[in-house]
Formats: sequence, C-alpha cells, structure tokens
Amino acid sequence: MSVIANTSGTIAAAPAPFPAAVALEVRNLDFYYGTHKALNDISLDYLSRRVTAMIGPSGCGKSTLLRIFNRMYDLYPGQRAEGSVLFDGVDILDRALDLNMLRSRIGMVFQKPTPFPMSVYDNIAFGVRLHERLSRAEMDARVEDVLTRVALWKEVRDRLRAPATGLSGGQQQRLCIARTIATKPEVVLLDEPTSALDPISTARIEELLDELKRDFTIVIVTHNMQQAARCADRVAFFYLGNLIEVDTADQIFTNPREKQTQDYITGRFG
Amino acid sequence: MGTDSAHTVKSYEQELTRLRALMTRMGGIVESQVAQAIAAVTEQDEQAAQAAPAQDAQVDALEREVETLSIRLLALRGPMASDLREIVAALKITGDLERIGDYASSIARRSRKFDLIDGNISLSGLSAMGRLVQDNLRRAIDAISQQDADRALEVWNSDREVDEYYTAMFRALVTYMMEDPRKITTCTHLLFIAKNLERIGDHATNIAERVYYAVTGATLPALRPRGGAALSDPDEVQLP
Repeated sequence: MSVIANTSGTIAAAPAPFPAAVALEVRNLDFYYGTHKALNDISLDYLSRRVTAMIGPSGCGKSTLLRIFNRMYDLYPGQRAEGSVLFDGVDILDRALDLNMLRSRIGMVFQKPTPFPMSVYDNIAFGVRLHERLSRAEMDARVEDVLTRVALWKEVRDRLRAPATGLSGGQQQRLCIARTIATKPEVVLLDEPTSALDPISTARIEELLDELKRDFTIVIVTHNMQQAARCADRVAFFYLGNLIEVDTADQIFTNPREKQTQDYITGRFG
Repeated sequence: MGTDSAHTVKSYEQELTRLRALMTRMGGIVESQVAQAIAAVTEQDEQAAQAAPAQDAQVDALEREVETLSIRLLALRGPMASDLREIVAALKITGDLERIGDYASSIARRSRKFDLIDGNISLSGLSAMGRLVQDNLRRAIDAISQQDADRALEVWNSDREVDEYYTAMFRALVTYMMEDPRKITTCTHLLFIAKNLERIGDHATNIAERVYYAVTGATLPALRPRGGAALSDPDEVQLP
C-alpha cells in the first residue's frame, strides 16, 4: 500500500492551506557520523507538490537530512541512519533498496553546478538512458522538453553538442536541474542551489521552482532566509540536530512560535 | 518584542533602538499637545491654546524621520518576524500620532473662537471625556515604548467609554442649542471639539491594535467594543 493511501486520514485533517498528500514521511529519524549524533528523533512530513525549505545554522543537520533522502551517506563508511523515511510506502533506509532506482525517483541538485564533462545534450540523455530506452526522436523531444522547462532551451538550442562546461554558472545550474527532472523523479532535492550564483540567475532558479512544484515535490536547503521566504510553502527550522519548528513560510517569517526560530531568523543567534 | 537578546549585527540593533526612541519622543510631544488642547478648552488657557499648534512642525518632522528610517530598515536589513512587525507597526503608528497631533491643534485653535456665555454651558462632560482620552493616549504611548500587549488591550477595551461620553455630549449640546439659539455658535464649536476628542480616542485605539500585533503577532478582532447607547457607531446617535 502506498504512503498516500496510508495517510489519507491525516490528509483530511491537514490545515486548510495545505490539503496535500505526503510525499516523504520521516519518522523518529536519528543519524550518526561515527559516534556523533547529527540528527535527533526527527519526525516530519514533506507534502507532495509543495516546496519545503529547511533552514538553520551550519551544522544543524539540514543538509544531512537532505542527503538521507537519496542515501548519499551510503558512500561513506561509519555513517548510519535509524528510524524510517517512507516514500511511496517504501522505507528509504531499507538496505535492500535499489539505490539507482531511488536516485532516479528522488533527484538531487548540489550547491555548485556539476555538469558532466560532456555535451549539453548528453548531460541530459546520460541519466535517461540508464532508466529508459528511448528512440532518437523521443530522446530529442525529452531533451527539448526539460531544457524548455528550466528556461534554457532558447539559450542552448544551437549549442546542444557543445561542452556543458562552456555554459555560465547560472546556465550550468539550470542544466543540472534539467538533468535531474529528465528522469521524471517525484522528489527534487536542492542543496543551496543558488549560493554560487548571481542575483539574476538566482531569480531565474527561484522562478523555476515555482513552475516545477506543479509536478514535483521540492525540498530545498538554504542559508538565504529571504529565499526561503520567497520560494517555500513550508519551512522547517533545525538547530543542533533537532527539528525546532515547521510551519507555513508565512507563519515562520511573520510570527514563529518558538523563540529559537525567532532568534535565528531575526539574526539574534549568539 | 518577544525576544530579549540583541542582534548579532550591532548597527541593526542601534537602528531599531533609534526607531523606538523616535516613536517615544513623538508620542511624548503628541501627548503634551493633547493635554494643552484640553486645558485650552476647559480652563480657557490662552498660553496652552498657542502652545499646541506650535508643536505641529516638530511632530511632522518626526513622522518623516520615522518613515525614512523604517523604509531604510526594510530595504537594507530585510527584517523578519518580530522585527518586521515592529517596523511595520511603527510606520502606521507614526501616522496615527500625527493625526492625533492635528486634532489637538485643531481643538486648541478652536478654543479661542468662542466664549462660554456667562458660564451657562457646562464643560464638566467635556473635561471628563478629555481626561479619559488623555489617559487612554498615555497608556497607548506607554504600550509603544514598553512593548506591552496587555496595556494595549486595556486601551482597546476602554474606547467604548469614550464613545459613550461623545454620545452624551452630543445630546447635551444639541439640547442647549434647541433651548437657546444664542448658544448655537459656542455649542457647534464644542461639538467639533468633542468629535475631535472622539477621533483622538479612535487613533489611540488604532495604536493599541498595532502594538498588540507587533508584540504578539496576533490581530485583535476587526470590530472593537463600542459604546454610545447600544449603538454600534457614535456617529449614528439620534437627535433629542
């Protein structure tokens, strides 16, 4: 049975502005870097087709949590998660899970643009070929579709065969987002996606998030409070590995319930 | 407001402190203007009648200063949560204070335009109303400087009494005019004065609402308790 069906009761009881299904359901999650406990008993629902921003000071655990969602920690010895993260009825933490399949359904975009050292076209086609067998025409259509969706098509349609590394930083980041959505994931994770970009490129990415949330569940980690306020429907504040508060962006930035949240977002943290 | 700790960025903290100081200063001047206006009417104090309008320019200058500083804070600091609420409240409160100052000057100027016809018109109602409005305004201004939501709520709740005084004054003054047409000029002036006091009371209530929001993040109900012989609006009072 899927997560959505399991939680139908809670959906009906959800607060009015967010009558959405739950895409990711984190329950009693602990995370360890060796002996250091980085996340402490986190329970949190990520709503489907909504932008959830995770904010908090460095070391609060927000990026750690983001990386758990597509099992990045598997790459490193000594790191382990306890608890559960349900995604479409499956526990992401299950060791038997097919990681390639997971990462095609939960895509990730990093802080610095990470284009593959290949052409613009192949940057997108590469991931798609791992999961789908498309004809040449279908692949062309897919490439054009995702590049159009990230508002990059007009800028690169004449240089599809040129190396992606020749694009500007902002274009590279949009290409990385296009590459991520090309495999048709359900969830897109973004770790500080605009921290290396200029304000215009940042605005383009933010505009893009607004478009993308029609089809994808978006989780974004950001240090930029204004960005969280502009982009997110819901905001979760973390501190020292604990989830302090989660609420609508409106509530968090005008009238947070917790003093720690208030102190952090107003710039009063010791 | 809701937090005791200081900003990590000291200059931001200093600007907020300056904003609070400007508001307190503006509140203090407006409070004295209202006191002078009431003395000008009830004690026929000529000096007070001149003093209240003389402070208008200073109040206007402070209003502009608060606006400039608030816009600067919004543009440069990107305030959030309690800071944001406080700055937005300051922008609106400064407008209320400026209006109160204008009403006080208007009352003071009007006080010199009539005489009380051998003491045949009682000013006791107006005096009592004036004391109440002054008391509400003082508490509203204290609520600003001390960021005190409870005090703001007190002010908000006691505007009903001001409305009741206004309604009673209105009936009494119209009765005077019907009894003796020679009193019409004086009573019309007094009626405007009562109305101005009632408006000052309303602005004090607005201030209370804005302070309450800035401190708690919650808004008071749109309809506040109103007086005036079970009427919802003191302007709808029936003629005798």
